[in-house]
Amino acid sequence: MNRVVVTGMGVCSALGKNVADFSAALKAGASGITPISIIPSEGLITKIGAQVLDFDPLTYFAENKLPLYDRCTQFALVAAREAVAQSGLKFRGGIGPQTAAVIGSGVGGQTTQDESYRRLFVEGARRCHPLTIPKLMINAPCSHITMEHGITGPSFVVASACSSANHAIGVAFSMVQSGAVEACVTGGTEAVFTFGTIKGWEALRVMAPDTCRPFSKDRRGMVLGEGAAIMVLETRDHALARGADILAEIIGFGSTSDAGDIVLPSAEGAGGAIAACLKNAGIAPEDVDYVNAHGTGTAANDATETKAIHAVFGAHAKNLAVSSTKSMHGHTLGAAGAMELAATIAGLRGNFIPPTANYNEADPACDLDYVPNESRNKAFNVGISNSFAFGGHNAVVAVRRA
Amino acid sequence: MADVASDVLEIIAKQAKVEPAAVSRDTKLADLNLESLDTIELIFALEEKFDIEIPYNANEANSAGINFTTAGDVIDAVAKFLDEQKGKA
Repeated sequence: MNRVVVTGMGVCSALGKNVADFSAALKAGASGITPISIIPSEGLITKIGAQVLDFDPLTYFAENKLPLYDRCTQFALVAAREAVAQSGLKFRGGIGPQTAAVIGSGVGGQTTQDESYRRLFVEGARRCHPLTIPKLMINAPCSHITMEHGITGPSFVVASACSSANHAIGVAFSMVQSGAVEACVTGGTEAVFTFGTIKGWEALRVMAPDTCRPFSKDRRGMVLGEGAAIMVLETRDHALARGADILAEIIGFGSTSDAGDIVLPSAEGAGGAIAACLKNAGIAPEDVDYVNAHGTGTAANDATETKAIHAVFGAHAKNLAVSSTKSMHGHTLGAAGAMELAATIAGLRGNFIPPTANYNEADPACDLDYVPNESRNKAFNVGISNSFAFGGHNAVVAVRRA
Repeated sequence: MADVASDVLEIIAKQAKVEPAAVSRDTKLADLNLESLDTIELIFALEEKFDIEIPYNANEANSAGINFTTAGDVIDAVAKFLDEQKGKA
């Protein structure tokens, strides 16, 4: 069994379009939640989101490529470029055949779908743009990563709603660990700021009108975010042999299914995934320093997740630093696990615990140390990142300082 | 108002999959075994039926002053929103 390390990381998010800006914003406790401005907000009840602002695709892509790149593909490619460049790995003409690409996404090209349906249904257009399907397909971001970088090993997308990216990272981890591939480009991407998608979320009655306040008594729900986070995973032996800068080690992955309600979270399911992750990593609960929580800011999730953490960690739960960085970069759905692992690794590298922003008031049902509002200067060794999705798919990743 | 009341009771009965006669103003929603998604489906059905917006947030126990304990609470809320949004009740 190979040990698996992260040698490259890239982010395109509401907190910045690269890891340095993302990390600085997390450390500053800055929130990327703003009034929705990238689409007209007329007719929307939900007026706020964590958008990737000032994102001009022409800064990153040739104009003739854009008809194939949905916004979610653009984010994935921007983040993948940063990650691959940092890793120093050469895929095309190099280890491309021994490299996989496994990307998480919840819904794929919503901007393309919304726009083409609007043209058909509202404007009475008689035909779609010829590239509509290859642009909106959920696997497009993954496919374009392989094409841009010459990755010719296995590649596919993993979809499990808000756990998509963590499941993708878990699969990537297993493939590198087992030796099926030498390296894997993994992570997640999502771009859901479209009129149709936001109306769908509104209808679930879980969106916060003010901001995202995870674990705070006055929390009023979740806030959507968009973006991508991509990592290059590699066998530790391969990374050491070429003298690569190792950012962190992935030490475990665990996942469970609630087999219960389609939207209500389960403390047993969530706790089961955390416990499975610790077991897979071969560590004791006391070894964990930091939990990047799923922490959506809904009434149900935050209390249930707190209960799950108590169940798994026992007396050690009170010693944990637990934070939800969704308070800053929003809930990026299928990208969430990757963005939150990136936040965890940014903290590991920068010796700080990212805070839970917008926290106002203690809730008796949420009684852990949520690192309210201000990041904490603290070196730590082991962090876990939780994702618990609609559909009852739970997935947890553990990382350790390299 | 009487029409609103009977329409609301009928929609609640349909969502709870019980006979309309089994639901009255005093019926507690909790006793109708409405599950997690039933409440938001019920609100959607009411909004569609009466062409109103009900500002319900599942994260808040007393969302926008809406406290759906009994079927009568739902009738009163619908009447209130009809009055506010359509000028009729």
